[in-house]
Amino acid sequence: MIALLRVAKFVVSLCSLLFIVSFLPGQSVYSQDTASSVNNLPPITVKAYDTENDAGSSITVEWSDPGYWRREGFNGYRLSRKNVASGIEDSLDVLPTGHVLHEDRSVSDDSSYTYTLAVLINGANLTSTSTEVVRSSKQWFDNRLTWVLILGLIICGAVIYFIESAKRGTKLFLRRIAGLEAIDEAVGRATEMGRPILFIAGIQDMDDVQTIAGLTILGSIARTVAEYDTKINMPVCTSLVMTAARETIKHAYVTAGRPDAYNDDMVRYVTNEQFGFVAAVDGIMVRERPAACFLLGAFFAESLIMAETGNSIGAIQVAGTAMPAQLPFFVAACDYTLIGEELFAASAYLSGEPRQLGSLKGADVGKAIAMIVILVGVIATTIASAWNSESMLWIENLLRQMFSTG
Amino acid sequence: MKREIPLIITFVAGVAFVLQYFIPHYPFNRFNDIFSDWFAIVGAFAIWLGALSLIKLCLLNISKKSHDWPISLLMIISFLSIVIAGAIDGFHGLNTVPTTSFRDPGTNFDWLYQNIYTPLSSTMFAILAFFVASASYRAFRARNTAATLLLLSAFFVMIGRVPLGDYLSGWLPERMQFSQWANWLMAFPNTAGQRAVMIGIALGTVSTSLRIILGIERSHLEG
Repeated sequence: MIALLRVAKFVVSLCSLLFIVSFLPGQSVYSQDTASSVNNLPPITVKAYDTENDAGSSITVEWSDPGYWRREGFNGYRLSRKNVASGIEDSLDVLPTGHVLHEDRSVSDDSSYTYTLAVLINGANLTSTSTEVVRSSKQWFDNRLTWVLILGLIICGAVIYFIESAKRGTKLFLRRIAGLEAIDEAVGRATEMGRPILFIAGIQDMDDVQTIAGLTILGSIARTVAEYDTKINMPVCTSLVMTAARETIKHAYVTAGRPDAYNDDMVRYVTNEQFGFVAAVDGIMVRERPAACFLLGAFFAESLIMAETGNSIGAIQVAGTAMPAQLPFFVAACDYTLIGEELFAASAYLSGEPRQLGSLKGADVGKAIAMIVILVGVIATTIASAWNSESMLWIENLLRQMFSTG
Repeated sequence: MKREIPLIITFVAGVAFVLQYFIPHYPFNRFNDIFSDWFAIVGAFAIWLGALSLIKLCLLNISKKSHDWPISLLMIISFLSIVIAGAIDGFHGLNTVPTTSFRDPGTNFDWLYQNIYTPLSSTMFAILAFFVASASYRAFRARNTAATLLLLSAFFVMIGRVPLGDYLSGWLPERMQFSQWANWLMAFPNTAGQRAVMIGIALGTVSTSLRIILGIERSHLEG
């Protein structure tokens, strides 16, 4: 109740602050459009500059056409480039109406260039004056990603802070995740029934973080499996996952003090083909009737086929993926589903290691930032559109800029 | 050292990938391509590990006459058929002018692919339609308030996505027709939910990546 009151207080304070800010003076965002006459037009202006945020070898040429494109007989623009040192002139592309910008990617960082633009009207070329001398260069930082870097540093900083804090002994609260609590129950059930458990780490390779998340959970499950002396069966669809999974299970068996019970055949490669893999897994499910199925990793169209087959054989199923399109299928067909971030939190949750739990707390800071930004953004956009407030529009644009990478 | 070297490689590769995202300057702009090439090369060599493991397992099943050994035999026959067909077509193609690939139309490999693999693959995909029906039947049972809401949402989305929906609700003002209900459900509650999940996934990915780069999470490297 107290927590709810605090949240309500915070929301009311934030709304009041935004309401006050909405009355602050701001810059006008609108400008009057001035129509120019087609006849008696001023000369076309062209400027060339080094393309920003790139790896060099590119110059951007930009021009403003005061209205030549509306003249009868307009055939487009022809761009010409001159190498200042050698004096060699090249005619570049002919660009149709609508183009006001061209990126020349055929330049060398070692040379300087000037550009001229010709407006082609019935064969009569109206040529602009040459641009200033320009040279392309490589940039050491992509300025468009400044906000991404700042936000990334804040989130990473928070993760590292909480990891260090957990190392010093700070107690961290972690909410209960039903799907992970059910792992022991599922393995225990398989032991009682004398049937194997089936583990699928998705259909992606080791370069997918979901596969790695699946394998980290496999480590914990394999330890329980080794302790309970149950059989684990893991078909995989890539060889690298096979190798990594074998090492993970082997280590779990060694940790559980039963290295003799480990067998390489627990993990078997089937095929890289998506539906070939599904057919094999479904066949294994129907023939071997595992008591528990774990589907943890990256899944695509095969998610529901596997989950429904598992359901039809009466296996207890724990699934988890970070593919939003597949989550509804798992929710519908499995007993427990780890939704998105829960898949990534699983390893830390199961290990109970303070350093790993600290990293989860750090990610919560990111969530708090997201919640505040969404709240501020919604309020600012609403006020801006309702009262045409320039200050609110400024806040809205700032937030858009912060979360845009383009 | 068996544990430290992979951790060092992970740290260096992880930091390099982060840097290449922000730095367009050479050589950082080439890191992504270079690492992708290395990964593809390592993966290509590793395919033999997988194939050999599969053959070994199947041969073991056949020799022991274990349960379902005919399936293992079928697997080996299929594997050898496609490999031999591809090899014959490949060597034959090298001697023709111009050279042809084993994957070109008209080859034995292509015949096996088009007439056996593709229909089998399509069959597996087609099964999905039946599984969607059975899963939907279970998911849409109105057992409690949340399930009832799900059922109603699904009803309006499905009926709003077919012409029958607008036919039945045609007497209502345009803004109240079923297709508009479906659009609203997809554009607002559904998008909001999806974005919440995606924000969680993004933060989870950052947190997991940091754990892996810093060597805190190492269970996938144990051995």
